[in-house]
Amino acid sequence: MESEEAGRGLRVSLFITCYNDTLFPETGKAVVKVLERLGHTVDFPAGQTCCGQMHWNTGYQEEGLPMLTRFLEQFKDSEVIVSPSTSCVAMMKDHYPIMAERMKDPKITAEVAAILPKVWEFSQFLTQKLGIEDVGAYFPHRVTYHASCHGLRSLHLGDGPQRLLRAVRGIDLVEIENLEQCCGFGGTFAIKNAEVSSAMLADKVRGVLNTRAEVVTGCDNSCLMHVGGSLHRQRTGVWPLHIAEILAGEE
Amino acid sequence: MSGAGLDPRTAPKFQVAARRLVGDAQMRKNVRHATNVIQTKRAKVVAEMPDWEDLRESGRQIRRHTLRHLDYYLLQFEKNCTAAGGVVHWARDAEEARQIVIKLVKQSGPQGESPTEIIKIKSMTTEEIQLNQALEEAGVHAYETDLAELIIQLGHDQPSHIVVPALHKNRAQIREIFQREMHLPGSDFSNLGGTPQDLADAARRFLREKFLRVKTAVSGANFLIADTGGVCIVESEGNGRMCLTLPETLISVAGIDKVVPKFSDLEVMLQLLPRSATGERMNPYNSIWTGVDKTAAGDGPRTFHVVLVDNARTKILADEEARQTLQCIRCGACLNACPVYLQTGGHAYGSVYAGPIGAILTPQLMEMHHAQSLPYASSLCGACYEVCPVKIDIPEVLIHLRNKVVKQQSSGLNILANPEVMALKAVARVFRSEAVFRIAQKLGRLAELPLSHKDSNGVGWIDWLPGMLGGWTQVRDLRVMPKQTFRQWFEAREKAGKKGAADGK
Amino acid sequence: MASEAVVAGAREEVLHRIRVALGFSTDDAAVVGAEYAAVAREYKRAGTLGRGPLLEKLEERLRDYDASVIRVKAGGVAAAIATILGERGKRRLVVPQGLAEALGEPLPAGFEFVVDEGMTTSEIDTFEGVLTASTVAIAETGTIVLQNVPGQGRRAPTLVPDYHLCVVRAADVVETVPEAMDRIARTATLATTFVSGPSATADIEMTRIKGVHGPRFLDVILVE
Repeated sequence: MESEEAGRGLRVSLFITCYNDTLFPETGKAVVKVLERLGHTVDFPAGQTCCGQMHWNTGYQEEGLPMLTRFLEQFKDSEVIVSPSTSCVAMMKDHYPIMAERMKDPKITAEVAAILPKVWEFSQFLTQKLGIEDVGAYFPHRVTYHASCHGLRSLHLGDGPQRLLRAVRGIDLVEIENLEQCCGFGGTFAIKNAEVSSAMLADKVRGVLNTRAEVVTGCDNSCLMHVGGSLHRQRTGVWPLHIAEILAGEE
Repeated sequence: MSGAGLDPRTAPKFQVAARRLVGDAQMRKNVRHATNVIQTKRAKVVAEMPDWEDLRESGRQIRRHTLRHLDYYLLQFEKNCTAAGGVVHWARDAEEARQIVIKLVKQSGPQGESPTEIIKIKSMTTEEIQLNQALEEAGVHAYETDLAELIIQLGHDQPSHIVVPALHKNRAQIREIFQREMHLPGSDFSNLGGTPQDLADAARRFLREKFLRVKTAVSGANFLIADTGGVCIVESEGNGRMCLTLPETLISVAGIDKVVPKFSDLEVMLQLLPRSATGERMNPYNSIWTGVDKTAAGDGPRTFHVVLVDNARTKILADEEARQTLQCIRCGACLNACPVYLQTGGHAYGSVYAGPIGAILTPQLMEMHHAQSLPYASSLCGACYEVCPVKIDIPEVLIHLRNKVVKQQSSGLNILANPEVMALKAVARVFRSEAVFRIAQKLGRLAELPLSHKDSNGVGWIDWLPGMLGGWTQVRDLRVMPKQTFRQWFEAREKAGKKGAADGK
Repeated sequence: MASEAVVAGAREEVLHRIRVALGFSTDDAAVVGAEYAAVAREYKRAGTLGRGPLLEKLEERLRDYDASVIRVKAGGVAAAIATILGERGKRRLVVPQGLAEALGEPLPAGFEFVVDEGMTTSEIDTFEGVLTASTVAIAETGTIVLQNVPGQGRRAPTLVPDYHLCVVRAADVVETVPEAMDRIARTATLATTFVSGPSATADIEMTRIKGVHGPRFLDVILVE
C-alpha cells in the first residue's frame, strides 16, 4: 500500500448511476471486487437513481433539480462516494453547485459544497485518493484506452487510467491515435444529431481498429456503449470493457 | 458578388444541413486538412508560451470587465475618437447599420457623388448585417479584398470559417473560380497556374488595380481602444493596410462588444489572438490608427467613420449566464478544435458564425427566434473551451441555451407536438422514485424484447429502434439489458452475506 | 436632418439598452478604474534574455517568417544598405523625411532615394522599394513596429512598394509584447503598424505564401 489513505479500510458508498445499474451491472460488480480486494467496504444506498445529467445537458434543467436533492438525501452520511462514470461525476462537480444556487436554498448549497469533495470517479479514486496504480490485476489481452471527454477535460484524469492499466499483468496496452478526440456520443447528441455523431464515431472506430486491440476500455460506459455499438455492427470482434472490469481481472 | 448571405432566418436546421454536408467527401477532406494544419501550428506556438494560461485569464478578465462597464467604455471611445477627427455612429440593428453605411458610402465620392465601387476588408460584422447585398441593391459593388473572401465572392459561395472562410475549397476549385470570374482589362487569367503561389499572384494583380483606384473602403474592427479612441485591425495579406491607408474615406463597422479599455490591453490581445487564430506568433500586419491625420501630407483617409452596431448584443449582455459569449475575439480556434465542425464544415451552421462560437452566438443574435437547433450541434466535449483564448465556457452556454429552447418548446400546447419533451419529462418522473425506477427497468427489458436478436454467445442485440431513437441504430447496435440489474445483484449478495460473493457472476 | 435625428436616437437607445441589461451604470472613473486595476495580470512582462541572446532570438524569429537579417556595427549602416540594395538589384527607393538623421548616417551614394512629402499612391507605386528606420522590435514574435515619426513616415510608402528594407537599432529591441507596448504608450495615437515578416497568406490549403498585397520582400539591418 502506497499511501496513508490506503492503509486503512474506507467505507465506500457506490453511486452506480442509472445506466450502469440497468445496462452494465458487470461494471458495478467489478468496482465492488476491486475495492474489496484493496481492503475497503462497499455500501449501496438503495434509493439512488440518476445524477440528472441527461436532463440538465439536454436543456431540461428544472427536471434535473430533484435528482440533486435525491442524491444528497441518499449520500449525505457517506464517508466517500465512488462512481464508475466520468460524465456523471463531471456533471456533479460542474453543475451541482449551479443547480444548488438556482434552488435558492442555502442548506442545499452547503450540502453540495460539503459532499462534492467526497465524490470520486473510480479511476481517480484509485490513483488520486488512494495513490495506487497496481491493484493486482491480470488481463492477458491487447487493449486500447479511450479517454472520455469529461474525464479528460472536466475531471483532468490525465494519464491516471493508463497508469492503472500499465500496472496490469499480462496486458498489451496500445495508444489510440487522436486520443483527445470525442467519440461523438454526447448523450442525446447521438440521437438528435445522429448523422454527425456517426461521422465522429467512424473516426474513433478507425482509430480503435488501427491499434489492432482486442478490447477498447475507458472510464465511461456511455462512450464505450457508443463505440462498442459500432464495433458490433461491423462485427469487428473488438469488444468494449469498462476499466473496472479489467482491473478486477485475476489469474 | 456573393450569393444571398447565410441567413439563420431561412437556413435549414443544423441536422438537416449536416446530413447533406457529411456526404460531401471533398469538403470534408479540405476541412480536415485545414483544421489539422492550423491546430498543429497553434499547439506549437502556444506551447512556446509558459504564461499562456495567465494570458488567457487576463484576456477573460479584461473582456469581462469591459462588458460590465460597456456604456462607460463606449462613451470614452466615442469621445476620444471624435476628438481625433473620427465620426461615430450608432445602430440599433442590422437594418439601421446598413442604412448608415449606405448613406456614408454615397456621400463619399468626389463632390458628394456616390461611388459605384468600394473596397472591403474581411469583417464578420459586415457579413452578419449582410452589408454587401444591401450595397449592391443601392448600386454600389463591394470588392472583398481578403484572398479567401475574394474566393468566396467570386465563387458565389458562403464563408465557412471565421478566419479562413474558404478553407472548404482546394486549389483546383479556386483556380477554376478565378479563371471563370476574374476579368481585368489587359490581364488574362485564363491560363492561370494551379499552385497556391500562382493563385495568390492572380489575386494580387486583380486587386491592386482596385486598391489604387477605389477611394472608399469599408472595414470591420478587431479592437476599439477606449482610452485613445483608436482602432486596431489584425491581418496577414496587406489588403487590410491597403484599405485602411489608401482611400479617401474609411468606414469601420464594429459590434459594440469590440471595445477594450486601454491601448496597453492590446499587449494581451495581440498575444492571444494571432496564436489562437492562425498559429502565428504575430500575424504579418497589425494596424492601429486614431481618427484622421490632419497634417498637410496626411497619413491615411481624410474621412473616417465608425459605426457601432448593437444588433441584439445588448440582449446577450442582459443574460448573465450567456454574457460571456460577447467576450469572443473571433479567433476561430474553437472551430478548428471542434469535432463536429470537422465533420460538417461551416455551412451547416446556417450563419456567418460557424462552429461552437456560432452555435452560441447565432441563436442569441436571433433572440432565440431562429437557429434553435444550433445549441444542440455539439457533443459537449469541451475542446472549444480548452482552446478559447478568453476562456468562454462554450459548453455551459450551450446547455443554458438548450434550456431556453426547451422552455419555448414546452410552453402551452407546444409540448403536445414534441415527443422529446414528453419523453424527457416522463423519464424525469421515473428518476424521482427508486420504486418507479425499478419498475421502469423491468418494463424496459420487456419493451426491447421483440427487437432483440441473440448472437452465437447468447447475448441479445438490437439493431433497429423506432422513431427518434432510430438515429442510434443507423450505425450502432445496442446490447439488450442484462436480466439482473446491479442493484438486484447487490441486494441478493447482501442477503447471502457478502464474503466470497464479490466475484460471483 | 431627419435621418440624423434617428441616428442620435439610436445612440441613446443603445446606451439605454446596455444600462438596462447590466442593471447599473456608473460614470465614476474612480470606480471603474479600481475594478480595472483588479484585473489579474500574471503574464510575463519583462524579458529575461541578455543582449546577445535577445538579438539572436529576434533574428531567428524574423527569419522564421521569411525576412532576411543582416547584422552590422554602428557606422556600418550606409555600407550595409548599399550592399543589400546592390544584391537585390534595387536602385530607386522612396524614403521618409528625416531618415538620415534617424539612422545617424548619410544614405549611401549611387542610389536614388526620393523623400515622401505627400506623394500620391500612384507615385509611390513607381518605386522599387522603401527604406525606413523603426520604433521598436519584439524578439519574441519577430515583429517590427513602425510609427509615423521622422525616419519612418506615413503608412502608404511602407505598403505599396514590393520591397521594404528596414533598419532596427539594437537599443530598440525588446523581448516581449508588453515591453514594446510600454515603449509606444506615449505615442499611442500615431499611426502604428506592426510588421511581422513580409505580407503572407495561408488561405489556400493552409499553404503559407509569402507576399500578397504588402511588400513581398522584407530585409532587416540590425545595428549593434
